[in-house]
Parts: sequence; structure tokens; C-alpha cells
Amino acid sequence: MVDVQFRFRDDEVVTDPAVTVDAFAEQTNATAVRIEPGDDARELLPQLDRIALVEVNFPAWTDGRGYSSARVLREAGYTGEIRAVGDVVIDMLSHLKRCGFDAFAPEHPLNPDDAQAAFDRWDNVYQATADGRRPIWALRHES
Amino acid sequence: MYKYDQYDQQMVDTRVEEFRDQVRRRLSGELTEEQFRPLRLQNGLYLQLHAYMLRVAVPYGTLSSQQMRMLGDIADKYDRGYGHFTTRQNIQYNWIKLEDTPDILADLATVEMHAIQTSGNCIRNISSDQYAGAAADEIIDPRPYAELLRQWSSFHPEFLTLPRKFKIAVIASETDRAAMKLHDIGIKMVRNDAGEIGAQFYVGGGMGRTPMIGPMIREFVPLDHLITYSEACLRVYNRYGRRDNKYKARIKILVHELGKEEYTRQVEEEFEHLLSQGIEPPIAELKRIMGFFQDPPFETGLSDDLDLSDPDFRLWVDRNCETHKTPGYIIATVSLKPVGGIPGDASADQIRLMADLGKEYSFDEMRVTHAQNIVFPHVKKADLYALWQKLDAAGLGTANLDTVGDIIACPGLDYCSLANARSIPVAQKISERFATQERQDALGEMKLKISGCINACGHHHAGHIGILGVDRKGVENYQLLLGGSEGADTSLGQITGPGFSEDGIVDAVEKVTEVYLREKEGEERFLDTYRRLGMAPFKEALYG
Amino acid sequence: MKILTGNDLKSGAVTWWTGEGWSLSVDDAVDVGDESANIIAREEAAQRVFAAYVIDGERTDKGVRPAHIKDRVRALGPTVRPDLTLKPSDPDALNWVV
Repeated sequence: MVDVQFRFRDDEVVTDPAVTVDAFAEQTNATAVRIEPGDDARELLPQLDRIALVEVNFPAWTDGRGYSSARVLREAGYTGEIRAVGDVVIDMLSHLKRCGFDAFAPEHPLNPDDAQAAFDRWDNVYQATADGRRPIWALRHES
Repeated sequence: MYKYDQYDQQMVDTRVEEFRDQVRRRLSGELTEEQFRPLRLQNGLYLQLHAYMLRVAVPYGTLSSQQMRMLGDIADKYDRGYGHFTTRQNIQYNWIKLEDTPDILADLATVEMHAIQTSGNCIRNISSDQYAGAAADEIIDPRPYAELLRQWSSFHPEFLTLPRKFKIAVIASETDRAAMKLHDIGIKMVRNDAGEIGAQFYVGGGMGRTPMIGPMIREFVPLDHLITYSEACLRVYNRYGRRDNKYKARIKILVHELGKEEYTRQVEEEFEHLLSQGIEPPIAELKRIMGFFQDPPFETGLSDDLDLSDPDFRLWVDRNCETHKTPGYIIATVSLKPVGGIPGDASADQIRLMADLGKEYSFDEMRVTHAQNIVFPHVKKADLYALWQKLDAAGLGTANLDTVGDIIACPGLDYCSLANARSIPVAQKISERFATQERQDALGEMKLKISGCINACGHHHAGHIGILGVDRKGVENYQLLLGGSEGADTSLGQITGPGFSEDGIVDAVEKVTEVYLREKEGEERFLDTYRRLGMAPFKEALYG
Repeated sequence: MKILTGNDLKSGAVTWWTGEGWSLSVDDAVDVGDESANIIAREEAAQRVFAAYVIDGERTDKGVRPAHIKDRVRALGPTVRPDLTLKPSDPDALNWVV
């Protein structure tokens, strides 16, 4: 298993092996699941309470389906770990985090300084997403 | 015009620094070209036939004098003294150096401009009606909605790696001047029976190799759901758009394969879900943006009279000017299509002159049109003659809007690495062939559009006469299409038959116009005659 | 003959493999035989070129001529702006492309 390089959670790292979305429905003792780009994250919604870890795989970082998968889970109230695995690159990091990812296990470890710069890049954001940050339009109209 | 606040400025400044960092990593070898390519594309930086090319966004086509001036200065400082206005209301520079690009973006940011998402598989620059805020026939200015969408789509974290590029247009007139139904999402602002403004959504239009007219999927989206509904449209596309074949990855293919009803059902389901997620900016934000698009301080009680005693001026007014919503004012279009010229190109000096004239004569505002021309939207009729004289002296007084000389052409094989054939020389030869006023008058309204490859950047499918350049065994060859239109009566052109050589296509265009002149009834335009007669007589003239 | 072309990383300029380095002039291009993949791999790794590819060309009495029109436009410059091409004062340049 590839190491988790960045993690924004205080709880213990889940080490259970992740099973496929199809297998997860049948293996009622499984607690970790791996979503591939073609999987429908909504199939997991009835079973959220027994999931401790969701790995979302990016075989190629330019395939953005995993972003929607993460947001779908967060929007349904899932609070466990969502870990980006596979072809995770520096320039995706802040966007992944905005969509609800809170752990990152790139198959090729990233330069930690560049990664930190990427996580810290955007002081403000235009959209409301799964990370709970107040978007610019909210900041403009709070008083 | 919209003005950035501290947040907007910070976003573009941050983007400049991000790109500077990406360029640094590329030059140091940390990033391979394969890794860098999607990143540079999301900043509008292409590798074209001769060099890097930078596409700068002109959001919904609106520019201030200061912004226009900067575009001219960039052409001189970093390029070879000219720029090319595109069919998506942007401007491109053809000779850019990678190491200069962060500085160019920094210069742009000083005038509230950027190149964010002008390429790549993400939501592109939002386009709009070039007469927005000035047109006599609009129900409301569409640009505040476009600006709301611009902010929503900028760095939207879920939608930066879509299956393919995504283009949105917003209009608010019955007359569609933005080819709205040929966009991934076309939005038409409408008024419902209760008198409320809302958005009509057309999804899945597009040109390219599989041209499609976007079907309407929702008649009325209330203003306080505009972003949420857009997000639902995008999420369904991001999840289910095809990624196995880039030629089938546009949303038009998804809508076509699922069927309009099923796509709409999925969007509505996602929309219902997203309504509870609090992603919609408050109406107060829309109102804030609308505050920037108030009318300029028009004078009242002005005369609508124009002294048309100068015949050249009269011709230009007839051809290039349009009714303004305010008495005493007029909308004037600068044609970037001089006879024998390169459609959409302007020199740095011409760009700066337009900047000065826009400030002096059009309340500091200009527009870029999808037909690659420049609009002065608010000209006092009393000033029009003086404006025209100054334009004409700089080679910008061509009177040919919407005539056979007003050709849309992509850069083609002279510049573009995707092209199969050159577009510009064909445009030049046609404009020379039909250069006389008599010929242009006889042909009347004519939309002639040329693409140098099947990607259709020159909108050939939507031309009354369309030309598509192809590669036939290493030799340029041109197919002719007839009957396309991009307006409210959107239709797709049909190919006449076998293609032509470069000179042959100019003759072919002449032949089909002769059929029109022979067969036209009453006030029919070329398009009307074609629609009435069908392809047969044109085919007969071409191949018979 | 097989010739190699690519772009300069910093400027983006079109360049041609001369056997020793990269030249702006297609006339300096040499026949690489079946060595193209090795040269491209080495030169791209050293960041001396990017987006490199191999094409067919022929040596004529007027220099090296790429087989395909696209590469001839690349070699010369935009045919509609002779002033910006590599041969601004050569009236035959356009005929060479087409």
C-alpha cells in the first residue's frame, strides 16, 4: 500500500484493505472501500455508517470523476476519511481538498514544500463546496 | 462595467503566482511536458505551429479603454505587434515565450484581466451578446448573469478536469447574436407570465465534428437557482460524459446518447439534491453585480438625426450601425475584415486607437464580437461622423458588417497545429473577389464562415455559406456547406459534394451566389433562397 | 530522409535537429535514419527540445523540404504574413510551402 503523505485528520489512520464498490455491498464486515472513476459513489450512501475509509483512485489526474465522488459522499453527510490515491499531482491538491478529500497518498511522493504551497495557495474561494469554507459571495454579504 | 473588488483581484493575482510557480517547475524539469500541458492550457497557453500562443479572456466580450490599451501594449511588448480576436470574444497572441507568460499575466491582472480557463477541459470564458446593455430588443442586460457564472466557474474545484471543454453563452434578446444554441450550455434570460426574470437552459449544442443544436431542457430557472442548476448540469456531465474517446466527450454526445429526457431527469434529480446544499449565492450578490451594469449617463433629449451627406459614411452607417435603446445614440461596429485582410487581426496601434476612441466616444466601453469585430456600444449620433473619420483613417472604417466581406475565419494552417488547411488565404481571396460595393449590396446579408479543420473554430456549420478545409493526401482541399445559421433560426449547413482546390472554392462560392441572384424572390436573403429551393440548383451549378 | 523537429522549451520556437543541436532553419536538418526515438528521448530529457517528432523530408537543390505542408508552414512561418517568416524577402517562399 502507498503511504499517506498528507492527512488533515486527527483520528487514527485506517489501515483496513479497501475493497471495490461491488464487493463492499456483500462483505458486510468491510470498513474501507475504493472508488474507481467509473463507479457511482451514490451506491455507497445506504452504507455510509460502516465506512471508515474511502479511497478514490485517480488512474490519471486529468480524469476528474473522483472530485464528484468525494463531494457526493460529503454532501450525504459522510465524515470519515476520503483519501486520494493514484496519479495525484501538486496542482490538484487544493481542489481535491475543496471537494472533501482529507488524505492524500500519491503513488509518486510529492515535493513537500511545493505541496504545502499548493494547499495554502487560495486565501479565498468563489464556490461553496464540501470543505465548509465561506465563499467570497458570503464574505461580501456578511455584516 | 464590472469592477473587481479586493477578492476578485486577489484571485487573479494568486493565479499569476500559481502559474509562475508552474512555469518554474516546468523550466527546472520538475514537470514534464505531458504533466505541464493541461496546466498551461488552463491558463490559455497553447503550443501552436510556430510558437506558444496565449489566449486572453475577454469575459462576455466587454472591455474598457484601459483594458483594450493593455491588449495593444502586450502585443508590442511580448509579441510581434498584433493580436487576433477570436470567435469566442477572446484575443490571441501568436508569438509568446513561455518565460514571459507569468509577466504577461501579471500585466493583465493590473487591468482586471486574465487568461484563466481559456483552454483545457474546463468551463471556458462565458460569452454573451455583443450588444448587451445597448440593444433595443433585449429584455435585460445578460452580463450580470454571465459575471455571476464567471465567478462560479473560475477555479470550480469539481469541474477543472471535465471530459472535455465546456462553453457557456448567455443572451437576453429574441435575436440571438451569440450562437447560444451552439454552446454546451446556452442560457436565454426570459420573462415568465408573472413578469419575473429567469433563465432558459439549452444544453448539448456545439459545433466541432458532430454539430448539434442544443435542446431546451428547462423553460425557466428562477434567478435564485441559476448557479445550483448550472452545477447540476455540470455534475451529471462530469460523472457520465464519455472519457474513452475524446471525439465523443463533449456534453452534446452525452445528451444525444442519453436522450434529452433522460439527461434532463438526471439533472433535475441532482438539482433537487443540490438545493439543500447551500451553494447558491444570495440574490444580494446578483444585485451587487447588476449595480456595475447600470446604463452610462446618457444625455436625454438628443436628436436622432444623422447628416448622411458623405456617401462613404452613409454606407458605413447602413452596414455597420445598429439601433440603440436610447434616443440619440447608436451602436457602431468596427469591422476587422478589410478587403484582403486577415479576419480578426488588429495591430497594436489599431488596438490602442480603438481604446482611445472607446473612451472618447463610447463611455469607455467596447465589445468583442463572435464575428471577430469590435463594437462601440454607446455612441452619440452627433459624434458618429467624427468617430468614423478617425477609424477610417486608421484602416478601421470598412463598411461590410454581415456582408460577404465580413468573413469569420479561424487561424487555420497558417498558425494552428490542429488545422488541415489554411483558412485565411481563402478568406482573403473571397473578400477580394467580392470587393466591390455593388457585389456586396447585391448579395445582402451573408454569413460566410471558414474553418481549417473539423474542430470548427471558424463556425463553418453555422455559415449561410460554410467552408471546411481538409487534408486530401497532403494537399489542401475545401468542402462547401450551404444553409447554416446561428441565430434564432439556428440550422446546420449541408455539404454540397466533393471538395475544391483553394482557387476552386472561391469560384464555387461565386457560383452559388450566382444561383441566388438568379433565383431570389423579393427580399430573400441567400439563406432564405437556399431554404426555399434546397440544395439541387446549387449542386447543379457546382457539379452539373 | 527522416528529419526531426520540435520546439524550444523557453521560446517555443520551431527547431530542427542538425546532428549536433537544434537549428531554426530546416535546411540544417539531417537524416536521422532510424535513430529518431533515441535522439528525441535524450534531447527531451535534457530539456533541449520538447514536443519533438519525426517527419519525412527530402533534400532538394533548394534545401531540405518537409513532405507535408503542415511542416513546411512550420518551417517557414505564416504564409499570410511573409514579413514574419524566416524568409521575408524571398518571393518564392510561398510557392515552396504550397
